[in-house]
Amino acid sequence: MSQKQEEENPAEETGEEKQDTQEKEGILPERAEEAKLKAKYPSLGQKPGGSDFLMKRLQKGQKYFDSGDYNMAKAKMKNKQLPSAGPDKSLVTGDHIPTPQDLPQRKSSLVTSKLAGGQVE
Amino acid sequence: MRAGGGNDIQWCFSQVKGAVDDDVAEADIISTVEFNHSGELLATGDKGGRVVIFQQEQENKIQSHSRGEYNVYSTFQSHEPEFDYLKSLEIEEKINKIRWLPQKNAAQFLLSTNDKTIKLWKISERDKRPEGYNLKEEDGRYRDPTTVTTLRVPVFRPMDLMVEASPRRIFANAHTYHINSISINSDYETYLSADDLRINLWHLEITDRSFNIVDIKPANMEELTEVITAAEFHPNSCNTFVYSSSKGTIRLCDMRASALCDRHSKLFEEPEDPSNRSFFSEIISSISDVKFSHSGRYMMTRDYLSVKIWDLNMENRPVETYQVHEYLRSKLCSLYENDCIFDKFECCWNGSDSVVMTGSYNNFFRMFDRNTKRDITLEASRENNKPRTVLKPRKVCASGKRKKDEISVDSLDFNKKILHTAWHPKENIIAVATTNNLYIFQDKVN
Repeated sequence: MSQKQEEENPAEETGEEKQDTQEKEGILPERAEEAKLKAKYPSLGQKPGGSDFLMKRLQKGQKYFDSGDYNMAKAKMKNKQLPSAGPDKSLVTGDHIPTPQDLPQRKSSLVTSKLAGGQVE
Repeated sequence: MRAGGGNDIQWCFSQVKGAVDDDVAEADIISTVEFNHSGELLATGDKGGRVVIFQQEQENKIQSHSRGEYNVYSTFQSHEPEFDYLKSLEIEEKINKIRWLPQKNAAQFLLSTNDKTIKLWKISERDKRPEGYNLKEEDGRYRDPTTVTTLRVPVFRPMDLMVEASPRRIFANAHTYHINSISINSDYETYLSADDLRINLWHLEITDRSFNIVDIKPANMEELTEVITAAEFHPNSCNTFVYSSSKGTIRLCDMRASALCDRHSKLFEEPEDPSNRSFFSEIISSISDVKFSHSGRYMMTRDYLSVKIWDLNMENRPVETYQVHEYLRSKLCSLYENDCIFDKFECCWNGSDSVVMTGSYNNFFRMFDRNTKRDITLEASRENNKPRTVLKPRKVCASGKRKKDEISVDSLDFNKKILHTAWHPKENIIAVATTNNLYIFQDKVN
């Protein structure tokens, strides 16, 4: 939902954070947190509540599918097994061409809610 | 922050509903909790589109030391997952909100909504059935007409109670964006539904038309700076409603002023010290819930770190502010990274508007007494599940030396969030939803 660049380097983090906290003691805790964030993701935009963030929120649920890509991939894979999505079944956009096996089940839950005692605990 | 003593309420565990196992299926995540107007019924909605309604059993004269328990009354599939082929949009079946209609006859009615469609459900009881048909046997098989020699009038005989839920109205295709709120008008004939950019007014009887009363969509979407986060009708004035925004403002609108209420009658906003502004300021000021007091004199808003009470007569600042978990201010960086900073907490009033409640992390929830100015932190956990045992107050240690029984901020489980709570309209009975369990607490009787 938020804009994040995945540039973390876990090995260096702890050292950096400790140093930052010591330097910024006395400044508003929020500002210290902001500095931490900017240090991790230098290219983070200036307006966090701006239109990019809101646009992502408005586009929730959008799925993308290109029938041309799908058919091309099917044709190429004619002699091989169609690739499966792997562990992350929700990723059926972008580089991965969806196959019928990958698509998440869209049937509603036919099981009674556990709040109503639907399944034995 | 002591519990007990004087007029303070002593909260006791009463019941817990839901599975014990830690492996939570997505469908079981509770997404809304709501008592009906009498408090006799308690409805929950979940991510799987299901509604479960609990009914309070009649007070048992033998067990006079506790109020009636809530047991399952009805459960049904309210919404199903859909796909909008025109827009390539997946529509979740998750129930965003449930609102009860006041009871007019023997049946109960509620509105439930997902991101796109609102449904009016009728929940009715059947405790009699006709017996003695002429052409059918009791088990339903048709009788051979040649064997029918006499005619009889079928009579109604008692049967085991059956509770049936049926969809009476489907209000669809009125929202381009995702519905976050529904609110029934005090006229009991109309209601509003709000999405990120628009608010529509419906008549409960009419499903093919709805009036747009607020539209904040800019002509150029690049200029979008704020969205609608919640909306509610005033409890007494049928012409008045409020809506909150992601920028921390609340607008009060009067439908008598014009058909399209784009110009607010009142704008509630607390001025911010510009020198305190940070990257996180706007995000944490986003209002996740707005609720009028029962009296209609006040409204309460919830933003990420606090609960604010506003007097409708004063727009420039809230009259009361309560810190829910101020210790999170020094954790905002990681809360942004794990998306928790976008969690939408709800809040609620007690029946007399003297206490307000809201949830937090680690399955903690907080209550603020507006009169005594005392607050308390309690935990919804199966560890405290002996009925009539008074809950022990919790305390989070922000920094420095942690006292015994305190929990440090770094030990908090941010996956255990209490987003939805509800307070019985008349009694001190509360319903608190953890991820997939529903807890019911009551105050200690005698």
